Amino acid sequence: MSSTADVATALTWTLPHAVAGTMVLSLNAYVLLGGADFGGGVWDLFARGKDRDAQRTLIADAIGPIWEANHVWLILVVVLLFTCFPKAFAHLATELHIPITVMLVGIVLRGSAFTFRTYDSKRDHVQRRWGRIFSVASLLTPVILGVCLGAVASGAVPIRSTESLRTVTFGARFIDPWARSPFPWAVGLLTLALFAFLAASYLTVEATDDRMRDVFRRRAQQSQAALLALAVVTLLLARVENPLLFQGLTRGRTALTMHAVTTLAALTSLWALATRRFQTARMAAAAQASFIVWGWAWTQYPWMLPPDRTITELAGPRITLQLTLGALAVGTMILLPSFVYLFRVFKTREGGE
Amino acid sequence: MSDLLFARSQMAMSLAFHIIFAVVGVGMPALMVIAEWRWLTSRDPLQLELAKRWAKGTAILFAVGAVSGTVLSFELGLLWPTFMEHAGAVIGMPFSLEGFAFFTEAIFLGIYLYAWKRIPPRAHFAAGVVVAISGALSGAFVVCANAWMNAPAGFRMVNGQVTEVDPIAAMFNAAAPSQIVHMTLASFAATGFAVAGIHAFALRRGTPHRAFHRAALQIALWVGLPAALVQPLSGDWSARSVAERQPVKLAAMEGHLKTGPAAFVIGGWPNAETLEHTGAIEIPGALSFLLRGDPTAVVQGVDAVPPDERPPLAIVHLAFQIMIGCGTVMAALSAWGGWRWWRRKRGGGSALPDDRRFLTAVVLAGPLGFIALEAGWTVTEVGRQPWIVQGILRTANAVTPMPGLVVSFVLFTALYVGLAIAVLFLLWRQIIKTGVTPTPMGLTSELPIPTPGSTASYPTP
Ligand code: HDD
Ligand code: HEM
Ligand code: HEM
Repeated sequence: MSSTADVATALTWTLPHAVAGTMVLSLNAYVLLGGADFGGGVWDLFARGKDRDAQRTLIADAIGPIWEANHVWLILVVVLLFTCFPKAFAHLATELHIPITVMLVGIVLRGSAFTFRTYDSKRDHVQRRWGRIFSVASLLTPVILGVCLGAVASGAVPIRSTESLRTVTFGARFIDPWARSPFPWAVGLLTLALFAFLAASYLTVEATDDRMRDVFRRRAQQSQAALLALAVVTLLLARVENPLLFQGLTRGRTALTMHAVTTLAALTSLWALATRRFQTARMAAAAQASFIVWGWAWTQYPWMLPPDRTITELAGPRITLQLTLGALAVGTMILLPSFVYLFRVFKTREGGE
Repeated sequence: MSDLLFARSQMAMSLAFHIIFAVVGVGMPALMVIAEWRWLTSRDPLQLELAKRWAKGTAILFAVGAVSGTVLSFELGLLWPTFMEHAGAVIGMPFSLEGFAFFTEAIFLGIYLYAWKRIPPRAHFAAGVVVAISGALSGAFVVCANAWMNAPAGFRMVNGQVTEVDPIAAMFNAAAPSQIVHMTLASFAATGFAVAGIHAFALRRGTPHRAFHRAALQIALWVGLPAALVQPLSGDWSARSVAERQPVKLAAMEGHLKTGPAAFVIGGWPNAETLEHTGAIEIPGALSFLLRGDPTAVVQGVDAVPPDERPPLAIVHLAFQIMIGCGTVMAALSAWGGWRWWRRKRGGGSALPDDRRFLTAVVLAGPLGFIALEAGWTVTEVGRQPWIVQGILRTANAVTPMPGLVVSFVLFTALYVGLAIAVLFLLWRQIIKTGVTPTPMGLTSELPIPTPGSTASYPTP
């Protein structure tokens, strides 16, 4: 177990850190874009009232053109992990085999059911069934994603010595890390609330009439409340269960700054929602989510697999990292304009028919 | 069955499933783009309708390709962590590049599918071209990774540790060129033949939308036939490459069991114990001649390595024969079509879509491309056994220590079966069953293409 001195208070930049930073950036993009698509599915499930079909249509239109592109951010994280940190990838995929499998089933069901529903234009019970699968999968998948991240963050998935591998039981190795303590599950629910909150905030801007705007404004406020409550619970659980993690969360100037800016973003979002400044609310929501992601990354730093493997220790050969970063740079030069074009085509109203 | 066998079966099933959608993702954009190009140059509304109809089918298949591909990238770790631990840093490069190709493909497919009315026609066409190119590229990148498993390069193995990693050398390994060419041609051949088969079926049965199906058939044949025609040449190149680097795989494929001058073995069932065939037709010296230009040249047989380094003989040989059989029939059909087309250009004979015999042949050949595709991958992968990385790492040593893999195997089997049924059902309901109706404005489908802002695609009260 590491001593308190190991909790980082300063950032050092090396090649592995640059790649890890890129992975967090990519995860951040996935949360902002893909996460909102999941959140949309959650609100699809909870669509209530007379205009529930209109709500669902709004959600479907917002997700429609770009879910596949949004989804590639997750693949990028995985690919970077197995290229640049192959040991970490092999380790996580082994120890978290069960939750990752469940998450995959959720991703498959959500993606395909959404597309099937969109393209199945016969309006009958079959189409409603696609809709149900889509929304239930949207609810479960973020929870499991959060559980996996929470388990890693809490140091429950350490690399074991060959000796302890020989004696460890199935339950202790493959189930306990994510199922035994409530902390990963709190992170899972937090992830769900975050995605739902993002989606609702975005949809207030996407909505074309006031009634719809009000519906999602209320949803955004509700999910923000849930999010804040869960954040407090998570922090308390960390304190009880995992002192090292709690230190990372609360010690040092950077950690406190992270908390401060996240709170600021949350307050801005609440204020903007209350005063119906929806553009501002959307920005604040995105900022809040990004701060949470980076806050988590900072808590982990310099560990990749807490409590005892650092980013540097797990990195692959230098040449691979260099080439990957080079490829990322070139790829970004192609991708960025493409993304700008995509969002210009779809997220500006005047282009519509 | 052991956990290893379940892991292998799950990997095989996932890949066999994914490859269908991946190939469609390479082939269909080409078809759409050709139809749209013809619309741009001729303003024939039929071609536009065709492009839209195909785009719609592609959207469904693309989504399934995307989710099944996501499963694969996780499965590499879920099932083969030891493999990834060693190979990740070496062959991560093509996977990273593939990630960018996916991005580009997904972005522009989104634009292609949903922005018919939002951007100018030429920009829309250009988006389609980008989709087609990035689809082909992503296929090429991932095949690079697979070729590396057949012809490992770009690292050294010292005491079980990977050192001196050179990702560029790994990516441009010796097996990559022939495999990429063969795979890309296979994508066009398989998609072209399957689409041609569907439209030929409609034409043969008699349909009120003859013009529509004729136009479709024409384009599909233009994509499928040339690819199928050159595929045997590219296959020969692949075979030479295998002979050089994986002689035992080649021997298993060809059913060449004992070292010596090699006959070309057609059919037959190899016996792994006695290394004898039952029921095969042999053309003495033919394989030696094909590989070395000399009918008496000695070719390594399966017996060159100890039994625990031999792949399952019967599966590999059978799968290879299936691929060759399909490939020969497809190439013959292409030659026939090409000859008819050439005669027709000189003023003789009827147009291909009016020839019932030709249509029948196209319908029957429709599935052959996909059958050859699955068979070919079986040859490549099963033929490499017991190695996951040829000569370096055994599959048995790469598998996850996670017990009870039967559960995940059953789970994913159920998932894929469900998905397959859903896709077939949807395509049937959407693309095939709904007709095309002539209207005063030309032809339009009965179904609106979903666009953002329209609620056509979703039930409203
Ligand atoms: C439309 C599909 C199709 C058709 C008609 C053919 N093939 Fe094929 N073949 C494939 C689709 C395919 C494939 C599925 O795409 C493979 C698997 C791996 C690869 O690179 O391509 C393949 C692999 C493959 C290999 C093994 C490569 C390796 O293990 O590295 C050989 C030797 C051949 N093929 C040879 C042939 C020959 C001689 C054909 C001619 C009649 C032929 N193929 C037709
Ligand atoms: C998409 C087309 C592909 C198909 C249909 C296919 C088919 C198969 C089959 C049948 C097996 C099982 C072999 C056996 O255990 O006897 C297998 C195994 C495997 N394949 Fe492929 N394969 C494809 C492409 C690839 C690619 C591109 C990669 C990696 C870059 C890959 C990596 C693997 C791995 C890691 C295994 C498991 C270990 C092994 O059995 O060797 N495959 N595949
Ligand atoms: C181990 C093997 C493989 C892995 C890990 C893999 C991974 C993936 C992933 C993650 C996607 C989704 C991208 C998205 O979200 O848009 C995808 C789609 C795709 N894959 Fe694979 N793939 C494998 C094998 C292959 C092979 C052998 C081909 C050969 C042609 C191929 C061609 C494609 C194409 C063209 C797409 C685009 C999506 C589509 O059209 O359906 N993949 N793959």
